[in-house]
Amino acid sequence: MRGRENRNLLVMVLPALIVGAAFFLIPLARLAVVGGTGRLGLEAYLAVVTNRQYFEALVSTIVLAVLVTAATLAIAGIAGVFLERNRFLGREALISMLTLPLAFPGVVIGFMVIMLAGRTGLIGDLGSLLGMGRLVFAYSIAGLFTGYIYFSIPRVILTIMAAAEKLDPALEEAARSLGAGPWRVVRDVILPGLAPALIASGAVCFATSMGAFGTAFTLATDIKVLPIVIYTEFTLLANIATAAALSIVLGAITWITLAASRAVAGATAAAAG
Amino acid sequence: MARTRYFYLQLGFTLLVCAFLIVPVLMSIVAGLTENFFVGVRSGFTLRWIGLVWELYAPTIFRSMYIALATLTVTLVIGVPTAYVLAKRPGLLTRLVEEFLVLPVAIPGLAIALALILTYGGFREFRTSWLFILVGHVLYTLPFMVRSVLAVLSSFNFQTLEESAASLGAGFWRRFFGIILPNVRSGIVAGSLAVVTLSIGEFNLTWMLHTPETMTLPVGLADSYASMRLEIGSAYTLVFFVMIIPLLIALQRYSTQRVKTTRHA
Amino acid sequence: MSVPARKGGTTIRLVDCAKTFPNGTRALERTTLEMKGGETIVFLGPSGCGKTTLLRVIAGLESPDAGGRVLFDDEDVTGLPIERRNVGMVFQSYALFPNMNVAENIAYGLKVHGADAAQRAKRVDEMLQMMQIAELRDRRITELSGGQRQRVALARAIAVQPRVLLLDEPLTALDALLRERLRIEIDVLLHSLGITAAYVTHDQGEAMAIGDRVAVMNKGAIIQTGTPREIYYKPASAFVADFIGTMNRVRGTVVDGFLELPGGRVPWTQGGTGTLEVLFRPNDARIVPDGEAQLRGEVAQHFFLGDRTRLHVTGAADRVVVVETTEHREFRPGDRIGLRIEPDTLLKLRD
Repeated sequence: MRGRENRNLLVMVLPALIVGAAFFLIPLARLAVVGGTGRLGLEAYLAVVTNRQYFEALVSTIVLAVLVTAATLAIAGIAGVFLERNRFLGREALISMLTLPLAFPGVVIGFMVIMLAGRTGLIGDLGSLLGMGRLVFAYSIAGLFTGYIYFSIPRVILTIMAAAEKLDPALEEAARSLGAGPWRVVRDVILPGLAPALIASGAVCFATSMGAFGTAFTLATDIKVLPIVIYTEFTLLANIATAAALSIVLGAITWITLAASRAVAGATAAAAG
Repeated sequence: MARTRYFYLQLGFTLLVCAFLIVPVLMSIVAGLTENFFVGVRSGFTLRWIGLVWELYAPTIFRSMYIALATLTVTLVIGVPTAYVLAKRPGLLTRLVEEFLVLPVAIPGLAIALALILTYGGFREFRTSWLFILVGHVLYTLPFMVRSVLAVLSSFNFQTLEESAASLGAGFWRRFFGIILPNVRSGIVAGSLAVVTLSIGEFNLTWMLHTPETMTLPVGLADSYASMRLEIGSAYTLVFFVMIIPLLIALQRYSTQRVKTTRHA
Repeated sequence: MSVPARKGGTTIRLVDCAKTFPNGTRALERTTLEMKGGETIVFLGPSGCGKTTLLRVIAGLESPDAGGRVLFDDEDVTGLPIERRNVGMVFQSYALFPNMNVAENIAYGLKVHGADAAQRAKRVDEMLQMMQIAELRDRRITELSGGQRQRVALARAIAVQPRVLLLDEPLTALDALLRERLRIEIDVLLHSLGITAAYVTHDQGEAMAIGDRVAVMNKGAIIQTGTPREIYYKPASAFVADFIGTMNRVRGTVVDGFLELPGGRVPWTQGGTGTLEVLFRPNDARIVPDGEAQLRGEVAQHFFLGDRTRLHVTGAADRVVVVETTEHREFRPGDRIGLRIEPDTLLKLRD
């Protein structure tokens, strides 16, 4: 009886296994192999560290991703907890608007950054009005940063709000009854309570920023992030092996970050993922 | 009291963040409808940019739509049964599969696209057809469908329902189609909305996989940003918003609705 | 900085405190109340009666509607938020900080007030000794049982020597046996510390055991305040009578110094004429031989409860009379029975 059921279940999951193997596992394996067949051979994998250009790209990407993650967690943390705890007119509309950019592709976000900070951008207009001169930063690292937090905030806010809902108000009241003021309560009760969600969404934010391509592509900055380098190597320079190796390294970094965060934050990280 | 001071500070901050996100959207909508962006709204409203976008990029719009629907179909057929199997046999193997489910999201779209090109680029017919893009979209969205259905299955005791159906004579397939599927409807709907939304907006994978014959909307957008004037790019973005924002709102409404009903249950 | 010692208890006064929530619910009617220094007052009532709201107004977690004032000794604390009132609070769910161990939890209030590590350690040890949980010092909160958590919560609240201790249904989440044991411990603790305490519960047994005074509440208002004995034997209204213990309520007619009932008549000394509703406790109706009986009836049902037997008697009054006796005698349905009630144990019902 159980044997027959197992057979049926296998039939059910077979398509997914075939698709996964054929279009995911095997290609990735091939990618890893190809990565080691170029001019440098297996040493191509170390190229990300040994080659100056690639190393700089890796470092800029990581630094950018870390800064974006920190800024997003802070911004979304404040806004998310505030929205979860307070009820006021227009709250639903505000939440709706904050989570709208969730599925905007990187290109559109790049365009949004241009709208804000491009040569004819809004911030430029505001800057000249205030007498600070025309602020144009869409095409610099600040522009990339702006674009990256643009797509990160909606995602993280949702996770934070879900976690904030589960916080026990009695804990805060207890802390207050013992004399803790608002900042102390945030530090001793709220942040520890939100820690698993912050770690989980922070890791996802980091991983997404590392692998983001569309935004950087649209903004076409001088700063070369790793995905752009990979793209250039593949399409313009036809260095297939190098591109493959760099992709594997990038994929490994993001995957390890996510796995580590799951381990640190426990099961809650996977659920929030 | 001091508490209200903090309230207004936080409210102001949140409104600022909201403005940061929404104002450019509004600006681009307006730009797509304005005669001349540099002159501004004073130059008058027009639909001609949208008309131009239609002339130039209509195929991309249709292509994005049918790829999204095809992706939806495939993920439904593959993903829903998979979620069921994972829920029914929790164990080491399923934990492994769940780990793999995370991978398409963890590994950058760029890398996945590269891997696909290296492996299947040789098959000319396949490489130049929209099916190639479909594969990428399915890989990227399948985890969302599976997770959505799995979440619903974990929230109620479906095993007991199945056992009572079995005691009344229902066989395996009958139970699946008659008992399981109707009860995971909310997960399927939420997953479907997510899949369609993600597919329409997918760029990283699609940019690498596309050919001039198989451009999708986001790919077209990149093209227009690079080579067309601002008004056309804005109008094209406007068309994209018109397609995707209703879906996003539906997704939001649906997930809050689901939370409300499960809380009462 | 050392936490100042308290001599005697703080007097808590509420003057004209009401509470209406933003959504319109009137949780507390205008209430004026004085809690004497060192006394334990129990707020008792069904859910929704306003007892928790009252506690939270004293605590400073809710502010009373305009015109209401809260005074600690002579200090008007109405405008002070909870973190500045120096109250100790114990919650139903204990609210222990999961990211700290037992010692750190107990020391938290001291830390906030600026005590240094040595002072904190000393005080924590004192508290652990007082609560008899010294061995739990370094444990994580998740490893503790319900009773242990409750002791830690108490220790944490008392460690800062608060002016008043506020307990919000602290024993509700525990099983019956543990409840009874902790009830006694808390009672002893509160009195040995001489601290003013407000205790909220819906369990009347608990209220009677712990309180120096009990305030019975319903629908946002205090119906009656008094010692447990006063509440039990002299309920001021039908609600209090029904809420506290079992009370018989029968209808009789006053005739010539007697109260006439279907099953006989009892001497009546409380005046009035015509038909009255009268209350008496099940254990105030004594079972007597037929010759001495004032009322006669028949046993409809009997329940052996271990330490006493409860009888449902029909025919003695206009409705079933509940009688409790500690006699070892066995009863059977259908037995004829005689009852005698002392006139001063009868209560005229005032609504």
